[in-house]
Amino acid sequence: MRRLTSLQTFLVLITGLQFFTFYPLLATPYLSGPRWGAFLMLPLIIYCLAFSLRRKRKKPIPALEWAALAYLIAFVPITLSSLNGFGSEAPPTNYWTTVIACIATAWLLNELLSSSNYRNAWVARLAFYAAPLIFGLSVLYLWEVLTRGLHIPFVLLPPPSMIWTRLIHSLPTLWADFQQTFLKAVITGYALGCGLGFLVAIAIDRSPFLQKGLLPLGNFVSALPVIGVAPIMVMWFGFDWQSKVAVVVIMTFFPMLVNTVSGLAATSSMEKDLMRTYAATWFQTLVKLRLPAAWPFIFNALKINSTLALIGAIVAEFFGTPIVGMGFRISTEVGRMNVDMVWAEIAVAAVAGSAFYGIVALIERAVTFWHPSVRNARTV
Amino acid sequence: MTITPASVVSARDLGLTFETNDGPVNALTGVNLDVNKGDFVSFIGPSGCGKTTFLRVIADLEKPTSGAITVNGTTPEDARKNRSYGYVFQAAALYPWRTIEKNIALPLEIMGYSAADQKARIDRTLDLVNLTGFGKKFPWQLSGGMQQRASIARALAFDADLLLMDEPFGALDEIVRDHLNEQLLKLWDRTNKTICFVTHSIPEAVYLSTKIVVMSPRPGRVTDIIESTLPKERPLDIRESPEFLEIASRVREGLRAGHSYDE
Repeated sequence: MRRLTSLQTFLVLITGLQFFTFYPLLATPYLSGPRWGAFLMLPLIIYCLAFSLRRKRKKPIPALEWAALAYLIAFVPITLSSLNGFGSEAPPTNYWTTVIACIATAWLLNELLSSSNYRNAWVARLAFYAAPLIFGLSVLYLWEVLTRGLHIPFVLLPPPSMIWTRLIHSLPTLWADFQQTFLKAVITGYALGCGLGFLVAIAIDRSPFLQKGLLPLGNFVSALPVIGVAPIMVMWFGFDWQSKVAVVVIMTFFPMLVNTVSGLAATSSMEKDLMRTYAATWFQTLVKLRLPAAWPFIFNALKINSTLALIGAIVAEFFGTPIVGMGFRISTEVGRMNVDMVWAEIAVAAVAGSAFYGIVALIERAVTFWHPSVRNARTV
Repeated sequence: MTITPASVVSARDLGLTFETNDGPVNALTGVNLDVNKGDFVSFIGPSGCGKTTFLRVIADLEKPTSGAITVNGTTPEDARKNRSYGYVFQAAALYPWRTIEKNIALPLEIMGYSAADQKARIDRTLDLVNLTGFGKKFPWQLSGGMQQRASIARALAFDADLLLMDEPFGALDEIVRDHLNEQLLKLWDRTNKTICFVTHSIPEAVYLSTKIVVMSPRPGRVTDIIESTLPKERPLDIRESPEFLEIASRVREGLRAGHSYDE
């Protein structure tokens, strides 16, 4: 067990002492305490910054993690609930020093968690996921405190709590939009676009004419801002989700084509010679050698396309749509100044997009387990 | 121009010229050679002497530009299509997404062997190269020497009578190489195959071969063909015997005569 240095022990004690002694002073709505309360948090802030920024890192001590965690659990709810008490007044200085101390402590906690070596595999795994979680929560916390504390106009940036309330109360609308945009347009367009890109890449591989004629054209078209064709697709395929599928197909087709073609070319001459010595047919060489070798490239395109498809479908809805869909909702609610609904829709899109990307990435790990990039990631 | 039908490989006045951007390069000129059934033939020479090119011509991976060559009495192309040889490359060239077992099964799958037959052949060849128990491993989990042994097993799996080996042990260290040379001789003895073996090591060539083909560069040609007088039974310490050293010095002379030692 690592032992605490005397300075660390001292600071842990100070933190605990501060917490218990000044808890009533710092309680909601922060207006009752004495003026000098603002300075109480300064030693803690300085210690956190000094610890996080120092160049030579000593091994952190476990007790410090608990102290930081206890501090956050105590003060984050206090600062959040005090927000209601300020009304239209500006929060006092000791409120802001407490907020800064909370952020500094969260940083310290993250610093401690990510630099420790844990003997227990479960604890190590927990710490691995805790670091990004704490970081994300700190951002949300700061967002909430700043927008409400500084009275930032809600149209510019609504606080997360407001977005969350709106999200919870409009679940049926959001679900209908999600169905229309994601389940119908994105998934269909993604499957069609990637599938077509893959098949055309194989056709190109077979035909020298396509190789010389279509591939340069493909590179040219993939450089175009494809989203510009969205209004034309709406004219061709109508207002409903079919026109969005068309946009998504166009957006995802060329990345898939270009990546699959380079993936099919990725096999070494020795590997191909080997197939030749077996007198393997073109199809056998494709299935047993060139496609497996191309998977890393193909999955690259699948990952790029998972985000492109969502962008394409949402933006395409700006150009005409029935009265449902994520893009439709964003464009109409922003016109009605219902910014919280826009943000709720963005939150849904972010979660859906990340989940989609994550699923593709997971499948990639399973399929290309043999690739050095995946192998190395596993052993570390 | 006569071609002996009894020989496994028979080359008459064979030439190959590569057209490059810097003009034509004579990789092979006037090669006359017969490899008989059961021979262990080594091709030795400095880089650029065409030894690998000659092996690739036998395998129909390159087309000769002049002269004639037969493999198993047919053209190299027909021989390749009849799957009459196994080829071992400089690197193991195992596919990393297949286990060792599956890598050995690769030619068997392509040639349409039944599942039961595949299983029997995998077990037998793994045993031949002393890799029993490693079938479920992936290539990147094995050492370089084991990978090369697995690639030999793969070339043996479909029972071609001719084995073409292109510096298969070139990238391995001396100790592993000695070990594999010894195993290769045993394997050759057990399977009675014809082996064409490209190397740039004189001791390796002398230790393994019944016939040593000395080649030299610019243009690539055969300068000497030495029939080995060593017995078929060869322990590793035969390399200290006067007979061995005499053959080795003859090889070295052959290389010198072909200006292989010139700067």
